[in-house]
Amino acid sequence: MPHGAAIAVAETGSHRPGHERWRAAWRNVFPFLVVGALWEIVAWAGIFPPRLFPPLEVVAAALVRLTLAGILPHHALDTLIRLLSGFAIAAIGGVAIGIAMARSRLAEDIFLPLVSIAAPIPGLAYAPLFLLWFGLGNISAVLLVGFVAMFPVIFNTWSGVKAVKEIWLRSAQAMGADNGRMFTHVIVPGALPYILTGLRLGLAQAWRILVAVEMLAAVPWGLGWMIFGAREFLNTDVMLSGIAVIAVIGLALEKQVFQRLENFTVVRWGMMTQ
Amino acid sequence: MTASRDRHRSVLRATLSIAAAAAIYEALARSGIFAAALLPPLESVFRALWDSLADGTMELHALFTMYRVAFGFGLAVAIGIPLGILMARFQRVENFLLPLVSALMPIPSFALVPLFMLWFGIGNTTTVLIVFYAATFPMLFNTWSGVRSVNPIWLRAAGAMGADERRLFWKVIIPGAAAFIIAGMRQAFLRAWIAVVGAEMIAASDWGLGWVIFDAKEFLNADLMLASLIVIGAIGFMTERLVFGSLERLTVMRWGMSRGARG
Repeated sequence: MPHGAAIAVAETGSHRPGHERWRAAWRNVFPFLVVGALWEIVAWAGIFPPRLFPPLEVVAAALVRLTLAGILPHHALDTLIRLLSGFAIAAIGGVAIGIAMARSRLAEDIFLPLVSIAAPIPGLAYAPLFLLWFGLGNISAVLLVGFVAMFPVIFNTWSGVKAVKEIWLRSAQAMGADNGRMFTHVIVPGALPYILTGLRLGLAQAWRILVAVEMLAAVPWGLGWMIFGAREFLNTDVMLSGIAVIAVIGLALEKQVFQRLENFTVVRWGMMTQ
Repeated sequence: MTASRDRHRSVLRATLSIAAAAAIYEALARSGIFAAALLPPLESVFRALWDSLADGTMELHALFTMYRVAFGFGLAVAIGIPLGILMARFQRVENFLLPLVSALMPIPSFALVPLFMLWFGIGNTTTVLIVFYAATFPMLFNTWSGVRSVNPIWLRAAGAMGADERRLFWKVIIPGAAAFIIAGMRQAFLRAWIAVVGAEMIAASDWGLGWVIFDAKEFLNADLMLASLIVIGAIGFMTERLVFGSLERLTVMRWGMSRGARG
């Protein structure tokens, strides 16, 4: 997807590189300056009460204050741990179920109807049920995130393993691959582009729902909880700095984790072109 | 035919698997290991569903939810499509909007619920705006890439045949991008449907399916909770299949733009 960075790379070749890079950077920063300036004007004009619409420097001050006090890092760390544990459940369970569904007709017949019924229900709708069954707190939050993020992993793994070319399987078999080698050397690499897409969608899903789950599950720490708690005290500046941290983490997950993983594996093996 | 027998067997197994899951659930529910309030037998779930449908409360909740989704989704379509087209046709618009959109997109819509509650209070405005926020980005991105993917040869051919700007837009660009735009609407609806349930739970008003679920938790009404889960799933599934499925058949497949028509 040609984001700002990609555009910059594409256009650098024609002129002097240094100059072009500055222009691309400026082009990416400029819209934020405009929006920031508009925000400041509205905040200072006093149309809305400053408690509800704080100027940006107040938000920045809150961000710095909370970071230095160690509160914001603690919230962010707890959220990340929850995200990773939930995602680990989704990844392990989803890939296992997906492969089983693709390789065994019986497993497919058993799981497909259940998964097709459960998947279209919005993940958060399960939240009260999980809270009722597993109580308020971490267990519910992590289990729910894992449960919801599992569906895209299952579907993609399933279709990925099914999409492995028959001819690869037969030629590996003809060359004397046993079941174990067939699995690790043919099926998994062949299905990997799909599995990675599933994991990527699953992580995005997990991230989207985790913030809301933290608001509902009354966990002691976590960015979602921080934002939700700040509402009680009309701390809009705390809330906005929490949202800013959430945006940064979300962007980092998408840009850093998954695009790199993809470059290291499937692109390198030549299964996909970047 | 073996194919039809295979299919027959799959249907049979699917039915068996759902029946087995229901039986296990029922056995667990009746065994009394878990409190009946937490794990109600299926019979009382269906009774709760039937009762709430019979006295009209469930329909009213569903109507409120659908109204919010329709409003937010409509706004997202009305703003997302024109902005996407502008971004694809004018480099300056793209340069300005793309960084902003890329920064906003990774913020989950639920993160904005508390903020919107402060700004707009509890109720319809907040829910509709959250739905709008969730649905706009898929709409915008799909329209943008759809218009960009319109084959340049078609544009030049139409230009050579003397199409003016307006005809070019309506006869070439819009049909060419339609497959992407409809896929975007589908995705946007799914997002909207997810967002509305969450927003209704957190920014609790008096009506709405998300609110029913959350409110039922307070009174340990697991049967009502499961009943509204069924309603949420059914509405989401049917809208997705019936509305967007037939929209796709009526437009892009008939024009031969997407694979379904050829296959």
